[in-house]
Amino acid sequence: MAKQNSSKQKKMNARVDFTPMVDMIMLLVTFFMLCTTLQKPQTMEIAMPSDKEDIKEEDRSQIAASKAITIMVDEGRTIYYFRGKPSEAELNKTEFGKNGIRAMLMDANKAAQKKVEQLKKKYEQKQSSSPQEAAAIKEQYKKELDEIRDGDDTPDVIIKPSEKATYKDLIDILDEMQICSIGKYVIDKFTEADKAQIEAKFGAK
Amino acid sequence: MGRFKIKKQDTFIDMTPMSDVMVLLLTFFMLTATFVKEEPIKVQTPGSVSEIKIPEKNLLTIFVNPEGKVYMTMDSESSLGALADKMVETGSLSSLSPEERKAFAQAPTFGTPLNTMKSWLSPSNAEKRNDLLQDAAAGIPCDSAHDELKLWVQAASDVCGDGMRIAIKADQNTPYAVIKKVMDSLRSIHQNRYNLITSLKGVDD
Repeated sequence: MAKQNSSKQKKMNARVDFTPMVDMIMLLVTFFMLCTTLQKPQTMEIAMPSDKEDIKEEDRSQIAASKAITIMVDEGRTIYYFRGKPSEAELNKTEFGKNGIRAMLMDANKAAQKKVEQLKKKYEQKQSSSPQEAAAIKEQYKKELDEIRDGDDTPDVIIKPSEKATYKDLIDILDEMQICSIGKYVIDKFTEADKAQIEAKFGAK
Repeated sequence: MGRFKIKKQDTFIDMTPMSDVMVLLLTFFMLTATFVKEEPIKVQTPGSVSEIKIPEKNLLTIFVNPEGKVYMTMDSESSLGALADKMVETGSLSSLSPEERKAFAQAPTFGTPLNTMKSWLSPSNAEKRNDLLQDAAAGIPCDSAHDELKLWVQAASDVCGDGMRIAIKADQNTPYAVIKKVMDSLRSIHQNRYNLITSLKGVDD
């Protein structure tokens, strides 16, 4: 029994200190958090009319309809607009924002706006907990929304930004189209005739 | 006599759950990481209510800074390399050495007139390449008389096929006149669908 001592196992401490590991991982997490872009930038999709002559002619005949609203964006975020044909229309002046151009467009698009409200209400009740169904519902909602937007009672808007307008003005006016559920709009050239029309009514700057 | 027996506290805190959580977080960030691409052109995008996300793959981005200079980039090095090859093939760009081609593929953004492209890519400029983009002569010309943007976009769409999306990232203070030039040159090569990059904002402003 002389070797009794050596067979006695030494009790090891099984606890490992994790603090340095946590330190290091914290550092890595911080690095990844700062270097990632979780949110992708937003975009607006836009389709411009092609410059092929035949298509343009067709567009023009559509625009000549009485539903047309022409919006001209000029320097300093002022907006001029008229309804219908340029020859017989009355030119109005307004600005960006809730009480300016949006009020006018909302008014012009009352019928479609009402439909959109109804659609929203209808889909609010249709909430689903399963993600697949929710996606399907959202898809359906988008489809119906697009139908309203491109429907017959929405006005056709012609946007004419002048050379002095900024990119922000263009985006803002395109935004108004989205807010007011107008599906049919086109960006057109701001011509000398338009300029003359503004000057005739409001005087040259 | 009562004797206060102070219990000897163990100061060793178990870090295992903490490191568990940290590893989980780290894994999440590592898997979702898309690194912020260095953009030498600082652009402040206008706000919009649009919630469409920008596609990640196969994207050609056109930058427009407030001074109206135009730059371009693509989403991957390989497509940039292929673009350079295509430009050489069409004869728009004089042939590039392997080093110059590599420098082009690795550049985060490019935008110099075609005739100075070779000197911009020369190894002696390696350090200050991004600074040179701020130069007065920099920027892709896109006037109707001298339209190089058209050549670049045409070559890019040849390389990437029909699935390629074009995104315009312009500063909010850019005059519309410049945007119009870019849009006109896109229109002239029948690229009529593109995205405008914006940042998110609420409906009311």
